[in-house]
Amino acid sequence: MPTSAVEDLLRELTPQVLGALVRRYGQFDGCEDAVQEAVLAAALQWPSEGVPGNPRGWLITVASRRIIDQMRSDHARRQRESALIDTTEPPEVPDTDDTLDLLFLCCHPTLTPASQIALTLRAVGGLTTTEIARAFLVPEATMAARISRAKQRINAVGRTFVLPRGTERLEAVLHVLYLIFNEGYTASSGAEVHRTDLAREAIRLTRMVHARLPDDSEVTGLLALMLLTDARRPARTTPTGDLIPLADQDRTRWDRRLIGEGTELAKTSLGGPALGPYQLQAAIAATHADAAEATDTDWRQVHALYLILERIAPNPMVTLNRAIALAELDGPAAGLSLLATLDADERMAGHYRLLSVRAHLLEKSGDPAAAHGLYLRAARGTASLAEQRYLQARASRLPH
Amino acid sequence: MKFIINLHINPAVLESLTDEEKEAIGDGHGKFMEALKESGELITTLALVDPSQAAVVTVRNGQTVATDGPFVEAKEHLGGFYLVDVESRERAVELAAQIPDAAIDGLGVEVRQVMFFAGDLD
Repeated sequence: MPTSAVEDLLRELTPQVLGALVRRYGQFDGCEDAVQEAVLAAALQWPSEGVPGNPRGWLITVASRRIIDQMRSDHARRQRESALIDTTEPPEVPDTDDTLDLLFLCCHPTLTPASQIALTLRAVGGLTTTEIARAFLVPEATMAARISRAKQRINAVGRTFVLPRGTERLEAVLHVLYLIFNEGYTASSGAEVHRTDLAREAIRLTRMVHARLPDDSEVTGLLALMLLTDARRPARTTPTGDLIPLADQDRTRWDRRLIGEGTELAKTSLGGPALGPYQLQAAIAATHADAAEATDTDWRQVHALYLILERIAPNPMVTLNRAIALAELDGPAAGLSLLATLDADERMAGHYRLLSVRAHLLEKSGDPAAAHGLYLRAARGTASLAEQRYLQARASRLPH
Repeated sequence: MKFIINLHINPAVLESLTDEEKEAIGDGHGKFMEALKESGELITTLALVDPSQAAVVTVRNGQTVATDGPFVEAKEHLGGFYLVDVESRERAVELAAQIPDAAIDGLGVEVRQVMFFAGDLD
């Protein structure tokens, strides 16, 4: 087997092996070291000597040997110190999906979202601490502290590893994957709009979850949403990095292959027993993808989907997006009156997105002076340089 | 989300503090820094020399002139900052409140989100 194929295989197997070991032995740190040693041994041996019949079993055996050696030497040390003997053998564990278990563990509710993200990328994604630090623009020492703290907390949670695979836990995992994707797709601050590597990694991990839970509609929906969103990436910025809004994008530059796959998945997910927020967002993205030109958009459908989304997962940002769809359907005045309902919402008052959407609708309704002022206020309110440039450009096109 | 926590100080206010109070501020900053490092929220922190050591640089008609002294003449000046990476604005405010300066009249602790970030971090 060529080296690159071995590397792909190892990347796929590493989280499974780590999951199996952590479940069996606890000690996140120790298991991670042992798995890394086993993977290194495999990377050296397999390309020349061939891949063993059961590569996953091979890795688990080698890594287990390392960790047992380590435990024995720790144990011997403790024994010298305390003369206490523990002869219990590690219990046999049922054969479950270790990658999923590892994901559930990394997204443990006792961790902050930033730690969940870091640990997921490290343990499941196999990214190095340096890579993760670079992706989030923080010093390596900062990221290392975050990851090590997360591991300590996981160790403290102990071997409560037989986790209920409840919907709540899956929700946490999907949310973390969604956050990783968003961080990659819309860098929250800074000069660049995209951090492609994070978006790609989020898609890879979501594919992995989808392969294991193909019947879960929200997993399917999230994967569809990511693919449909990522498909627009080539059309979303100018060569100089300026943002291009959906309505002005050159749709021939959208990635047709991703749209095809995303649309199929979105359809499949809607066939499930219950509707969830990711499915609905994927359906909205698929509706946009279906329009060859912005003017062909089925706004009635977009609006209806936002209305359902607003009912099952009320959120002012959803209402804001519904206002845009409503304005397309019934005119800017209808959109503006819906926006007015958001003024009382503390989360939205003065938010740059509310200001910019209102500016946009005022511009359409023929009030350029008011729109101009709001675009500039919105520009002052955003923490993204690309958004700021875009909003300033919108303002400068208007007479005032 | 990255935030800078600016520490605006007033030398007259600092001089009026007792030695114990000054020491408590120093200890407070030490503990704050350690806690931030441990939580993985600290990007960097630094303290600046007295503004009397500043120079304001102007270029007019291609001529560079450096004038000794601060740009803004004020009782307060920027004494240093903490640059942090946190979950939310609320967390940045919560951290700012842990800085000893925040409890002293005449010293200003100001939180502002970072919009652009470049350069090597390590």
